[in-house]
Amino acid sequence: MLTLDKLQSTGKKATRDGFGAGLKAAGDKHDNVVMLTADLRGSMKSEDFINTYPDRFIQMGISEANMMGVAAGLATGGKIPLTTTFANFSTGRVYDQIRQSIAYSDKNVKICASHAGLTLGEDGATHQILEDIGMMRMLPGMTVINPCDYNQTKAAVQAIVEYHGPVYLRFGRPSWPIFIPEDQKFEIGKALQLNEGSDVSVFATGHLVWYAIEAARQLEKEGISVDLINIHTIKPLDAEAVVASAKKTGAVVTCEEHNRYGGLGGAIAETLSAQHPTPQEFIGTDDTFGESGEAEELLEKYGLGVKDIVAAVKRVVKRKG
Amino acid sequence: MADIQELKRIASQVRRDIIREVYGCQSGHPGGALGNTDLFVALYFEVMKHDPSFNMEAHGEDVFFLSNGHISPVFYSVLARSGYFPVEELRTFRAINSRLQGHPTTHEGLPGIRVASGSLGQGVSVASGMAIEKRMDGDDRTVFVLTGDGEQQEGQIWEAALFAPHNKLENLVLIIDDNGQQIDGPTREVLQLGSFADKYAAFGWDIMRMDGNNMEEVVKTLKEAQAKRNGKPTCIVMKTEMGKGVDFMEGTHHWHGKAPNKEQAENALEQLEETLGDFAMEGL
Repeated sequence: MLTLDKLQSTGKKATRDGFGAGLKAAGDKHDNVVMLTADLRGSMKSEDFINTYPDRFIQMGISEANMMGVAAGLATGGKIPLTTTFANFSTGRVYDQIRQSIAYSDKNVKICASHAGLTLGEDGATHQILEDIGMMRMLPGMTVINPCDYNQTKAAVQAIVEYHGPVYLRFGRPSWPIFIPEDQKFEIGKALQLNEGSDVSVFATGHLVWYAIEAARQLEKEGISVDLINIHTIKPLDAEAVVASAKKTGAVVTCEEHNRYGGLGGAIAETLSAQHPTPQEFIGTDDTFGESGEAEELLEKYGLGVKDIVAAVKRVVKRKG
Repeated sequence: MADIQELKRIASQVRRDIIREVYGCQSGHPGGALGNTDLFVALYFEVMKHDPSFNMEAHGEDVFFLSNGHISPVFYSVLARSGYFPVEELRTFRAINSRLQGHPTTHEGLPGIRVASGSLGQGVSVASGMAIEKRMDGDDRTVFVLTGDGEQQEGQIWEAALFAPHNKLENLVLIIDDNGQQIDGPTREVLQLGSFADKYAAFGWDIMRMDGNNMEEVVKTLKEAQAKRNGKPTCIVMKTEMGKGVDFMEGTHHWHGKAPNKEQAENALEQLEETLGDFAMEGL
């Protein structure tokens, strides 16, 4: 059982590095794993896989639509293709290709998307997609996963390769604390309890899990007991865990590096409003585009910082009936 | 040696099926389906090595992808007539609870369909992926893909047009249905496409041409393309007449996406010999 005490940073690496490591491990185990990239092999941190298995690497050039179709064709013949590019070009740019050739066609394609969210940083809003979870979550049959650190991303890649069906795997660019134990099992669709608490439920995904841990430490010192849960799989959502926690605490905060609309917060609100209506505060961007800047200063500017989570918890606790 | 007369007899029945399918649901796209009938019959009854017991992965088989999914009536008829599913099921085309959706899909589990199509421009990419997959597996069979000519206006087509020659997909055969028509009118008026042969040659494809309504020529050209292994993908520019086989539907975009009424359907069927037995349908 994890607790706040055990969740300490053991170093820093990017989640995209976790992708590269997970890909190599999955490739070692399954000889039908094939990687495709749209001119971003360096950014995907996958040189280890590419150099070991050059015949299972396909360079697509800057043609993401074609990449999605080629992946669907590879999957038709029995391969497990992983498409790789930035999250923006993995989703909005190719939504219809994913919809028809992959999701509706039941293809076993893994859409692996780096540089998601504000933490892409200096490149600015053209590349900082904050709508991708919403788009992918809307597609029938699509599994949506947003791991939170290097270790979890590495484990997630191996898990999605062993799962049959289309998956959207979202991760990021910046170097980020590593805090999930290396041997922590990754179960698609299963919430990961990070700390048991009784006053408020905090559900977090992706990079903001680390901030939620930091916020929970502060709150515990102030006497607010936090039930902290990592929702790495946004779809299918672990509704049982979400409802059980909300019943226990009676107040919810959701944290994600995504628009407040359509993402984790939306998924949890949909579930709770139907099964156990609960006051909820949303940490996410406020229906806006991002801008250039450093990762952490952007998170702070757009209201996704540790202090914002602390404040949201205090607001929602006051709203309890 | 192909029995061209027998293939023509099958084509006549397939054209009857198309008219009856679209008449039955009073929707669908008869024009392109009729124009491409000879191609489909040649592929499924003469050229391709394929197994109607249907295995999605198609190891050791030739594969066909339909990118312009709206001509589904001909695809369904040929699949049924070659044993993928019962011919009687053609009656359910576009009806509720049917596996024969308006545009082809894998989603309802219809044997013979390997990817959904209908949103245009995606099939060449999918076929390229399958062609690479076959090469990875040491499977020397051929992947065929058909697109419309209007469909060539989609940008994704040209991404795939760059990709296939770069990767030397010599087991890939793209067939473009060059009938000069699209829904809004002649392609030269809607958005000029120029010479497919010049464009694809410039991209590094081998170019072949055929009259898509001359069965002998279709069989010969497809077999040549299928056997060819010279480091290049093949593009066959196929001239067809939209609506071929039904005089009042020929050579116009008017029947691109429109079903005949009873009188028109009866008129069309009088022009097409029943060779393999019609599927049962009320009222016609």
